[in-house]
Amino acid sequence: MNSFDIFVLPFAIGLYTLLIVFFAKVFDWIKHLPVGDRRKIGRGIRSRKLFGVVKEIFLESLIHRRIFKVNPLLGYMHMSLAFGWFLLIVLGAAESKIYGRDLLNTPWDPIFFKYFKHDTNEFHSAFFNFTMDFLLLFVLSGVFLAYLKRIYARLFGLKKTTKHIFFDRLAIISLWLIFPLRLLAESLTSGIYHNGGFLTDGLGSFLAGFMPVGHLEYTAWWLYSLSVGAFFVALPYSRYMHIPTEILLIAMRRFGIKTTTTFTNFSQIEVYSCPRCGICIDKCQMTSALGNEKPASVYFLNTIRAQKVKPGLSFDCMICGRCEQYCPVGISLMNHRLVQRNKLISNGYNFQFLKNGIPEKARIAYYAGCMTHLTPSIEKAMIKILEKAGTDFVFIDKDGGACCGRPMMLSGNFEGAEKLIEFNRNNILKSCADILVTSCAICYKVFKSNYDLPLKVLHHSEFILELVKSGKININKSGLRAVYHDPCELGRGSKVYEEPRELLSHALELVSTGYDRENALCCGGSLGNIMLGYEEKNKINAAVWKEMMVNDPEMLVTACPLCKKTFNKNAPVPVRDIAEIIADAVQISPVKPNHQLAPEQIAG
Amino acid sequence: MNQDWGYGINKDRQIDFDRNDRRLAEYIRKYVPSYKLCISCGACTATCSTANLTDFYNIRRLNIFLMRGEIDEIAKHIDKCMFCGKCELVCPRGVNTRQVILIMKEGIKKIKQNEQL
Repeated sequence: MNSFDIFVLPFAIGLYTLLIVFFAKVFDWIKHLPVGDRRKIGRGIRSRKLFGVVKEIFLESLIHRRIFKVNPLLGYMHMSLAFGWFLLIVLGAAESKIYGRDLLNTPWDPIFFKYFKHDTNEFHSAFFNFTMDFLLLFVLSGVFLAYLKRIYARLFGLKKTTKHIFFDRLAIISLWLIFPLRLLAESLTSGIYHNGGFLTDGLGSFLAGFMPVGHLEYTAWWLYSLSVGAFFVALPYSRYMHIPTEILLIAMRRFGIKTTTTFTNFSQIEVYSCPRCGICIDKCQMTSALGNEKPASVYFLNTIRAQKVKPGLSFDCMICGRCEQYCPVGISLMNHRLVQRNKLISNGYNFQFLKNGIPEKARIAYYAGCMTHLTPSIEKAMIKILEKAGTDFVFIDKDGGACCGRPMMLSGNFEGAEKLIEFNRNNILKSCADILVTSCAICYKVFKSNYDLPLKVLHHSEFILELVKSGKININKSGLRAVYHDPCELGRGSKVYEEPRELLSHALELVSTGYDRENALCCGGSLGNIMLGYEEKNKINAAVWKEMMVNDPEMLVTACPLCKKTFNKNAPVPVRDIAEIIADAVQISPVKPNHQLAPEQIAG
Repeated sequence: MNQDWGYGINKDRQIDFDRNDRRLAEYIRKYVPSYKLCISCGACTATCSTANLTDFYNIRRLNIFLMRGEIDEIAKHIDKCMFCGKCELVCPRGVNTRQVILIMKEGIKKIKQNEQL
């Protein structure tokens, strides 16, 4: 079969450019990866994790499961384009190889197959003609939706879409043209030779009725080749680089590689895996409440990729984690923000003034945290509950104490945070406690993730729930209707969603909002954002209150002292901490006095 | 417990305001406009975790140094800040104190490297 014409060149040049640029990048990434990470790849490839990699690549890169969760129509659009095109490539390759009886045919054989192959008498032609046309229709439906999305993004659940850079535009325009041009070229050829399936043959016969298909055919194939070639050339410099890079990302992530405190080549791979879908823009409260799109993660990753990170942008993020929660690629967006902060600021610290005291020994260590000290009602409630339950506890930071280190970490100063962690860790260990209880969600997050404590760390909502479950305290239920606000650091940060709700359901009636659990909003008081001023934080908070009040609750309950303080500023209904609710609902004298509990009785 | 509220009289000495180094103060005013709202009430210092644990450091005193242009003194103490953010929460004027500290650190770094502020 003669399968060469000069018009295959744009396609071939595009394809080879893409392959060379991409593999040069991959080689560079892997070469400069930290040694530990390279070893993880070596081990991972030889392990069973590889099956998981293949499964995730299928589910995420082709089916786009996570986008389906955000919006089914958006998911379908991505699936039809990715999975449809993938099947077209696989089946097209199979068709050309079977027809030419040549396993090692050229890459353009399947692409321009219809132009070179005119007879349709082979026994498998009917199958391929039908399937290929069906798949083309499937992809075209996605292309149509992509056009529609430009005009009416709200239909796809998106309020804002990403603003594109030059190469993105070039790539998207050629991508939009590829499949309609393929349809046109194949139809015109089929109009002459009747070698197409239901779609191309039907359209071809129709066009042949009033058009000189014989003259137009060659031009159409040229345009088709040009559009594919242009897309391939633009791909490595555009957002579509995520298509090949995401496969690499999924594999490496499954092998246990992470972005931690430094920017490695794995972080670079994460940055290149960002498809700039823009889902994070809508999720960001800086956009929805303040109308400021700039800090959205998609644009931030853009600046990292272009190596133009500005301090203002990296500090202008609340680290609430909503973008990361909904990111279809699963990029560790919060870490990226902190790593860039770490690069920017002077990481000085001088904590020589911290002197470890000798705390009393007890079974339970209670750490209130800075923010709880600013909201003494929570502290009082906790002490009341601890005493009511007759627990043997020590109040670790009764006289103030040092900060837990999380705010320092959020500012990007990992080294300073490490010192504070070391100091507090020693203090906690010296108390010889078996359980550490904290009433601050921010402290809880850092205790859980960075302290590496050989004891059980409980947030006060978890701890009190254990007390209630084991009957150490009994509480009265009232008919009060309240809404529970998930603090970012406790919810998305530490995945504690159900315990506070279960505990509250013992004391009052919970009503839901549209923003529960993973979808919870940040109160606006965030310690993560260092740029936001008082008014802006208030504005965000006022917007959150609006969402909280949809079902007319009589009270707002939260589990973080900072959230409580922030909500208080604009409160239309009382705001209380979960500990205060329980302290008020505790029945009088449920337990014998001086009864000391063993920790295993309290918490498993 | 040592409660230095920052109202203690600073040591007697001559301050030459003609040679006052205002670079850092102006730098902060430029990037943290809310800093102009400060009335030196001392609420930040009263709540400061570090002030509670040290004899000297407190954010209000840093403010005085800043106004007097005593950048070396600030550089000596600024790194004691733990960034906990209590000062920001209690500030009655809504000054973004954490940003002040951050910009101060950045400014000092630039001054040490003889960069233009």
